[in-house]
Amino acid sequence: MKLRALLPLLAFLILVVLLGYGLTRNPKDIPSPLINKAAPAFDLPAVLNPDDKVSDKNFLGKVTVFNVWASWCSACRDEHPILVKFAKEHKTTIYGLNYKDQRADAIRWLGIFGNPYIASAYDVTGNTGIDWGVYGVPETFIIDKKGIIRYKQIGPVTDKIIADKILPLIRKLEKE
Amino acid sequence: MNPIKQISFTLILVLTSLSISAAINVYQFDDPVKKERFYNLIDELRCTVCQNQTIAASNAGLAKDLRNKTYKMIQAGKTDDEIKTFMVERFTDFVLYNPPVNNSTLLLWIGPAVLMLIAFIFLISNIRKRVSTPVTEIDAQEHERVQTLLKQKKDGNND
Repeated sequence: MKLRALLPLLAFLILVVLLGYGLTRNPKDIPSPLINKAAPAFDLPAVLNPDDKVSDKNFLGKVTVFNVWASWCSACRDEHPILVKFAKEHKTTIYGLNYKDQRADAIRWLGIFGNPYIASAYDVTGNTGIDWGVYGVPETFIIDKKGIIRYKQIGPVTDKIIADKILPLIRKLEKE
Repeated sequence: MNPIKQISFTLILVLTSLSISAAINVYQFDDPVKKERFYNLIDELRCTVCQNQTIAASNAGLAKDLRNKTYKMIQAGKTDDEIKTFMVERFTDFVLYNPPVNNSTLLLWIGPAVLMLIAFIFLISNIRKRVSTPVTEIDAQEHERVQTLLKQKKDGNND
């Protein structure tokens, strides 16, 4: 009898635990369907020099970080110095996808804040962005030597994320 | 109202209504079936940026791009399923307001029914227990006490 009286309390506690767990999750994080899939093909002119091409073929043979950015994106501005530092300190291969931006703005942005990218693809229509499932700039992908996407970060990369997730993964993928 | 005023007023009304319908009819269709499919589709696809809106309702840049993409795919003769598959491949089942039943959505689909079933079983067992509980007989002494208490209550109310 006594035990039965505790049932509603138990049900309530289960609810509290479930709702509490729900609060710790970020609803903006949509798991990417592209993880462990081949990088979607694209072939775009580079931001700095329209005659140069950037394509998914550039990713083959080395572990690559692919960062989606735009000069209109304020979170990219927070993220940028971290990427610049990261590229310099760890000699990482970083390519950029300049998403729905104006070329002149993008070039000026790289001039002011520094350019951590080997090259940035100029995706003015956003079509490549759609193929990559981009919905919240900045986004960062890690692609292995075979051109398979292994990780996606939605929102700005932080020092902590680099230390905890990105760097260990790159080290691991380099040995594969 | 003089005739000139009347004409200019009518003109203003006609012209403003034209500009409004132009804004809505950005998407031109030669086939009414395609038009209906388009509006059904964009009302079923969820905007990933502003997550509680469809791509039809959202003003976000991505929603606009996805509307354009949907329009182009319909004009190119793609079926509804092909368009949905295209979106799901890029943005997961999350883009569908009507998600398919699979491992990750199973709880969502059958959860309410399971909870309902549990509540129903609980209700039935409670009712049964109540029906089967025998009424306890009281002896003469207790009976007398009940009468006294009831009488007291009655007297009290008459005050």
